[in-house]
Formats: sequence, C-alpha cells, structure tokens
Amino acid sequence: MNSIFYFAAPQRFYPLAGRLIPGLWLAAALLGVFGLYLGLVRAPVDAQQGQAYRIIFVHVPAAWMSMLIYLAMAGWAGVGLVFNSRLASMMACALAPTGAIMTFLALWTGALWGKPTWGTWWVWDARLTSELVLLFLYVGFMALHGAIEDVRRADRAAGLLALVGVVNVPIIYFSVKWWNTLHQGASISPSGVSMATPMLVGMLVMTLAFWAYCIAAALMRVRFIILAREQHTGWVQKTLEAP
Amino acid sequence: MNELSKLSATQVAQPLAAVPALPSLPSLLQGWRTVFVQEMRIAFRRPGHTLAALMFFVMVVSLFPLGVGPEPALLRRMAAGVVWVAALLACMLSLSRLFADDWQDGTLESLLLAAYPLPLLVLAKLAAHWCSSVLLLVLISPVLALQFDLSASATGVLFVSLLLGTPVLSLVGAIGAALTVGLRGAGMLMSLLTLPLLVPVLIFGAGAVDAHQADLGAGAHFSVLCALLLLALVAAPAVVAAALRIAVE
Amino acid sequence: MSAALVLHQVACVRGGRPLFGGLSLQWQPGQLLRVKGANGAGKTSLLRVLCGLLTPADGQVLWRGQPLASQREALGQSLVYLGHAAALKDELSPLENLQLACQLAGRRLAPGPALQALAHAGLRGFERRPVRSLSQGQRRRSALARLELASQAPLWVLDEPFNALDTAAVAWLEQLLHTHLARGGQVALTSHQSDLLAGVAEQVVNL
Repeated sequence: MNSIFYFAAPQRFYPLAGRLIPGLWLAAALLGVFGLYLGLVRAPVDAQQGQAYRIIFVHVPAAWMSMLIYLAMAGWAGVGLVFNSRLASMMACALAPTGAIMTFLALWTGALWGKPTWGTWWVWDARLTSELVLLFLYVGFMALHGAIEDVRRADRAAGLLALVGVVNVPIIYFSVKWWNTLHQGASISPSGVSMATPMLVGMLVMTLAFWAYCIAAALMRVRFIILAREQHTGWVQKTLEAP
Repeated sequence: MNELSKLSATQVAQPLAAVPALPSLPSLLQGWRTVFVQEMRIAFRRPGHTLAALMFFVMVVSLFPLGVGPEPALLRRMAAGVVWVAALLACMLSLSRLFADDWQDGTLESLLLAAYPLPLLVLAKLAAHWCSSVLLLVLISPVLALQFDLSASATGVLFVSLLLGTPVLSLVGAIGAALTVGLRGAGMLMSLLTLPLLVPVLIFGAGAVDAHQADLGAGAHFSVLCALLLLALVAAPAVVAAALRIAVE
Repeated sequence: MSAALVLHQVACVRGGRPLFGGLSLQWQPGQLLRVKGANGAGKTSLLRVLCGLLTPADGQVLWRGQPLASQREALGQSLVYLGHAAALKDELSPLENLQLACQLAGRRLAPGPALQALAHAGLRGFERRPVRSLSQGQRRRSALARLELASQAPLWVLDEPFNALDTAAVAWLEQLLHTHLARGGQVALTSHQSDLLAGVAEQVVNL
C-alpha cells in the first residue's frame, strides 16, 4: 500500500521514470525491428489486396494504441480529479499528445491503405470515422488545457472532459457503425482482411513495440512537465543546476 | 436619509440559537421554478439574443442550396442533414453564452451557494434556455423544410427528431459551456469540445428522416434519440455542476 | 456540535503562487473575523475558502464538525456571501434581484419586506427599474440590502463591503453588522478601513 503512494510525489516519480525510459526505448526498438521483419518479410502476400495490405502492421497497432491511450489518459485524469493528485493529472497531460499522434498515424495509414486498395484516399467506414472523432476529442482535451491559465483548474476541467469523452467513445463508435451499415458505401472495408497466423503474430509484436514506445514517450514528456510545474521547488532547481 | 439608520425593533430582539435550527428543506420544485421563471423573464427582456441564434439558423440552412445548386432531388436528400447541422451550430452559438453573463456579473456564484442542489438549478436554467431559444429553431424547421421540397411526412419526422434531439444538444452543450466559462475564445473552444460528443445525436436525428424517406420507418431512430435524451437528462446536469464548481475556483 | 466554522492547516495556491499556508482558525458565532493584508495577499481567496467556493490546496474546512462539501445545501441556507461583483442581473429590477437571492437561499420573500429593505438601503423610487440603469453605488447598496433580510442566516461573508459607500451608507451597514453580531451571527469581512466596527468580539487574520 505504502509503495504505490510513495511514487505519487513528483519528486520521487521523476528519477523512477528516468530509470525506466532507456529500457523502454530499447524494447520498442527491438520489438519494432522484429515486428517489421515479420510483417514486411515473413508474412505472406494477401490474396485480395497484394502487398498494400502490409500497412496494417502500422495502422492497426496505431489505432489500438490511440484507443488504449485515451482510456489511460481518462483514467489518470479521473485519479487526478478524485484524489486531487498533481502527478496523475500531469500523466494525463503527458499522454494526450502521444495519443493524438497515434490517432493521426492511424488515420494517415488508413488513407494510404485506401488508395491502392479501392481507389479513394478516404472512406467513411465506422472505424476510420471513429478515429477521426477520437482525434477531435484529443485535440479538444489539449486545447481546453492550454486555454486555462491556472494549471490546477486546467487539470480538473480537462480531466472532466476526458471522463465525459471516455463515456461517449463507445456511444460514438456504435452510432457511427450503425450509420455506416445504413449507408452501404465502400464494398471492402479495412476490417475485411482474414488473418493468417504470421500476420497476427507480426501485428501483436508491432503492438507491443508501439506500447513500449508510447510509454517511453509519455514518461519523457511527464518528466518535462514535472520540471516545468515544480520549478519553484528546491529539488528541481538542484536538478537543473547539476551538470 | 433617516431611514438608513432605523431598523425595526423585532430584528434586534431575535437572537440566533447557538446551533441554528434549520427550517425544513424547501421543496426542490420550488427551487427549480425560481430559476426557471427568472431565466425566462431575463430571456424575454433580452430578445435580441434569442433572435440572433434563430437568424443564424435560417441563414445557414438557406446558404446550402446556394452552395450545391437548386436541383430538387439533391436538396431533398440533403435536407435532413443540412437542417440538423445548422441546428447544431446555432445551438452551439447560443449555448456558449449560457453561463458567460452569469459569470461576469457574479450571479453564477449565487447559484453555487444556493440552498438547492446545483444539478437541479442547472437543469432549470437549461430548460429555460431550451424553451426560450432552441424551441424557436425547432418550430421554424418545417418552414425551412419547404425550401428543400421535403414531403409533409418527412417534415413531420424532421420536426420530431429535432424535438427529441435538441434537448440533448442543450444538455451536452452545457457541459462544454461550463468547462469554458470565462475563457478567451470560449465560443470556438466550446464548439470544438462539444461537437464530437454530439455526433451520435446528429447521426440518429438526421438518420431518422433518411430512414423514413427510404420507407424503413423512423421508429428505431426515435427510440435511440429517446435513450440518448434520458442518458443526458440523468448524467449531464451533475457533470455541468461539477464543471461549474471547477470553473469558479 | 459547535456551529463554528473551522479551518485546519489550510493552504491556498493561486496561479502557481502560494498565497498562505498552515492557516488554522475557528470562526465562532457572535464573532467578527477581520481579514487583513496587502493587495493580492489572498484575502478574497480566504473568504472564498470559507464559503466553499474555493477548494484549498491543503487542509480542511469544517462546519458543524463536517466537511463543507457534504453540506452545501445547508450552507446555502445559512450563508450570505457578498463578493466584489454585485451579483445582480442587469435585466431584473433590484426588487426582483432581492427576491431571487432570497428564494435561492430557500426563503420566500413578499414584496413588502423587500421594498422596506431597499428603502433602508437608500433606493426608494428605484426598486422597480432594471439594475442596468442604476449607478455603481446604487448597485452596491442594492446588493447590501440583502443583509437586512438575512437575519436567519448566521454566516455572513463580505468582501470589502464598505467600498464605494458614502458616510450614511457606511453607518447603515455598520449598524446592520452590529445587530447581526449581537444576536449571535458571525461576520467575516475584508476591509481596508480598520476603524470601523470597533468594540466587537473579533479575530484578526493577517495575510
């Protein structure tokens, strides 16, 4: 019990994060290389879509991470709201840009997949449209936080927004799915790829790589945020002065 | 001037108990009515505000045919979506100022310090706002549907979908308004925050008319809109109250 | 169960800048709490902490032995807060504003007592005009008229109430506060004028 809350102080979390980051980068790099090897070299060519389908090895992990990060962000924001924890709110702020980047990546790779496969840069399928709305939710979170001057008020307001968003995401997803089935547009959707085992393994490895990358990026960012917010404290000034 | 220093004798003679015996909690309905009546009164004394949102709505809807051409079949297909998007934008415009005036003149704090639960008072304020501003949009929508040559039954479906859906717009929009109260550029920011959350309402609202036009019946859409409305009625006032307390700190 | 409002090790931070910390006090019935300090020292913040409008960065605020946040409705009936802003709706008349304020505190108000209170505040003849048309001083007095009708609310928290008042109005307000303290109410206020309200049981907080 004691040990969890021990690291809830920014001063103690800062060095812990510092120790974890190099290991995570290494894991991300290794898993990434391995995953790309599996995806680009070892996985067989898809019967329907040819070589172009290989972009799913980036698209699907990015999409999964974008949703997972939103959940984590909302979770930390909730903890920050309920327990009045500064570090939890800082974590939520640190996760938001990474989540937004993942969403953006998912959207772009989705578009790049769409062009060779069925000729259009964008298709209004349920998942891509939900990703677009998720991007708006991330941008909204960051915009609200940036617009409020008092940092603690910003943390609380953006945290409330994240919680409202997390409840809405399933509703949005299902409504977009309904809308999509009603307006039968593109005949092939990105989900219509049957998964052979090597493809699945490759995707899982890439997902783990993305996960490690995202955690590393978020931890690096939270360290910056800690330094910026706590700059009036003694330990930060000592840290900044140290060569 | 003499009256200034004269106080009635009874006011001096009544000492307060050491631990104040509180009167019985006033009925919640009384509190709701107080805020509702006052907000309606203010809205009627400031008609320019409500009419501006209405004019915006009418203008946006009228701009679309100018943008896409007057072909009747296309307009008939577009009508529901256009009216719904315009209603969304007009509501956002109107709601962004929902708490701004109260914040400015200090009456927002009176609401927070009231003897009634804040979500109740928020609900009363939203109800008054809907009745005085948004209802006008809903009532004028059949007239606008004429511009798009929508059939009578489809117009009816559009009207009902707006009637069910616009309260949800108000309730969710109020969350955005409460989170951004007092900020610079609050109007834009509030729309940015709230529009993604309103995607389901748009889909099912406009979809109801499309389903009706495709002879599939709008019943399912209305059911979902009702479900969203109930969810919003239950959850939104508490969230708005929490957001207001955060904003006032 | 004491009716006192207790602050325990309260700290306040505004805009990243710590205002005060480790503040503990007991605000008793019949007591005047005078908050003093330079501009920007946190006087308004302290008053807002007393009302429950501001959550302190550290510490607890207890009323009747319970945290404030769990008793908001009861506090609403028992507290009158007059901040810097007059808290008046521009489109309503002083009479309607007064009735609204009292109804929000849970008390019905007939026009008779309301008009009398406004007359005592020097607004005779202006009671039914929209507040928009009143001067700053008149608005201030219209807000203060609330105090005449707040005899049932023991806690009065006033932020610089004597600001922009002429001598007669200052005397009127002083009289109101003396009366309230005499019947067991409690008043917390900030004021740059320390010669007012002499001779009452008071506690001074210097920020």
